[in-house]
Amino acid sequence: MTNDGHGGEGGGTALLDVRDLTVEFRTRDGVAHAVNGVSYRVAPGETLAVLGESGSGKSVTAQAVMGILDSPPGRVTGGQVLFHGRDLLTLRREERRRIRGAKMAMIFQDALSALNPVLSVGAQLAEMFRVHEGTSRKEARGRAVELMERVGIPAARARVDDYPHQFSGGMRQRIMIAMALALGPDLIIADEPTTALDVTVQAQVMDLLAELQRELTMGLILITHDLGVVADVADTIAVMYAGRIVETAPVHALYRAPAHPYTRGLLESIPRLDHKGRRLHAIKGLPPSLTAIPPGCPFHPRCPLAQDICRTDPPPLYEAGPGRASACHFWKETLDGAR
Amino acid sequence: MGRYVVRRLLQMIPVFIGSTFLIFFMVYALGDPVAAMFGDRAPDPATAAQIRRDLYLDQPLGKQYLHYMGQIFQGNFGTAFNGQSVTELMASAFPVTLRLTLVAIVLEMLVGITLGVFSGLRRGRGIDTSVLLLSLIVVSVPTFVSGYLLQFVFGVRWAWAAPSVAPEAPLNELLLPGLVLALVSLAYVTRLTRTSIAENARADYVRTALAKGLPRHRVITRHLLRNSLIPVVTFIGTDIGALMGGAIVTERIFNIHGVGFQLYQGILRQNSPTVVGFVTILVLVFLLANLLVDLLYAVLDPRIRYA
Repeated sequence: MTNDGHGGEGGGTALLDVRDLTVEFRTRDGVAHAVNGVSYRVAPGETLAVLGESGSGKSVTAQAVMGILDSPPGRVTGGQVLFHGRDLLTLRREERRRIRGAKMAMIFQDALSALNPVLSVGAQLAEMFRVHEGTSRKEARGRAVELMERVGIPAARARVDDYPHQFSGGMRQRIMIAMALALGPDLIIADEPTTALDVTVQAQVMDLLAELQRELTMGLILITHDLGVVADVADTIAVMYAGRIVETAPVHALYRAPAHPYTRGLLESIPRLDHKGRRLHAIKGLPPSLTAIPPGCPFHPRCPLAQDICRTDPPPLYEAGPGRASACHFWKETLDGAR
Repeated sequence: MGRYVVRRLLQMIPVFIGSTFLIFFMVYALGDPVAAMFGDRAPDPATAAQIRRDLYLDQPLGKQYLHYMGQIFQGNFGTAFNGQSVTELMASAFPVTLRLTLVAIVLEMLVGITLGVFSGLRRGRGIDTSVLLLSLIVVSVPTFVSGYLLQFVFGVRWAWAAPSVAPEAPLNELLLPGLVLALVSLAYVTRLTRTSIAENARADYVRTALAKGLPRHRVITRHLLRNSLIPVVTFIGTDIGALMGGAIVTERIFNIHGVGFQLYQGILRQNSPTVVGFVTILVLVFLLANLLVDLLYAVLDPRIRYA
């Protein structure tokens, strides 16, 4: 793997280093601030889970990293996306396209709509080799079959000419994974890869993804709103709220003791068997509109700990222990309260 | 796929019988062709009866219809009242109309789809708004106005094209009348393509194609266009029949002795065999065009093929 050894404040080698990324959407109702200064890093072989409600900016960040933002109306207005130490945002369109799909790939939520309904899965897989490597039609087809076998599709050779609607949901998601893996990328971004699947199939697909990642030492960004999925596979978690990262931490540390009231709210809203019969905890209120994010800490209107300072001063990311950070003025109190 | 075709073919039979019977009924039952033959003069009753017997007009309608269909399947469309056989009329009328339709369809596809793709990809911007406005104007102006206007400007004023067209005119001379004939449909094809492209441009599979790092032209032609063309193909297919039978105005303007012209003459003179014969052929054309659309549908969309 080529790596110029770019290291940041936290040390180590980052495969992807997103710094202070800002994305806006210009809509008729005003400018929506979808991503407001997001930074995160992924090392080779590491799994970063990005957690957040819909509208928290987790998918938009990923799309900006991939360079597939809908623009207009979306626009990256600031920050850097360093991939192998090179800022992708300064590359020409054609250079960026060559990286996309080949060096960094993306897996989408609903494979039925994310795969082209009128092309056979074989054609859609083979297209990766044909376009990026100029492989011959016949060889590309052979490699498509290999890919399908690799992700565990039975009778791959017979099914290579089938269309997406002829596969089950789990098989379709496996094909999406195969497509992302095709050219051996260094980074995979999976945007809610299991949300559209049955619970039993979810586990299988997640296991497959984790296994392939380990085998190929790829970096993996797992975007999800499902805390359950995260616990087993992620190394690090970044929690997003209103286009900001509010807390990052190693996965077990975060589960043991969250350092941000929002994270605590999320953890408390998971139904638990030993709390049977009790009312489920819910975070009061709704996430803010991205065209009118409250001043100070964006979470303050919903926060049980909010003080005057929260309404005026946006909290920086405080270092809250080894490898963890929290954007809360009262991170210490939150952390202590959780213990 | 084979069963799909067979099913479609079988469905055509009742449609063919129903529609031909309807036109047969309207033409024969609602007017007196023999009286029309004699114009203003009252025919001698004995002669009239003789003619009726010769033409099977004294039989009940159902029998007449069966007899007529029997003749048609032997390739005999009867004789027009002026003594010319209807097949002869067809042989002179259909080739030029067919070529005219071909020119019109090709223009619709090339210009309509291209304009539609460009405006659909730039939704809400200058080119899109102007194309929308232009298509609105084209749709609202009746063919006889746009036809005479274009004929005057291109045919007479600038003399770029012939203002009237002979039956054996080559395709390039049919360009102007073909454009007039295509104009309204062309506007529809543009709008249909535009809407379809604009809708599909935000589809998940297009984003996947982008995420795969495919070049822009490949994303558009292979992924976006193929999905967007499905409704357009339907429209163009059904339009083949409509253009062939509906060229009456255009053929009048450019003095083309095609199907529309003959039909018009036939109706004007209550020339029943001509009208029924031509319409029967047009019904067949419609049915075949629809079959073609269904087959193309299955080629474009595998979800239909395997349904």
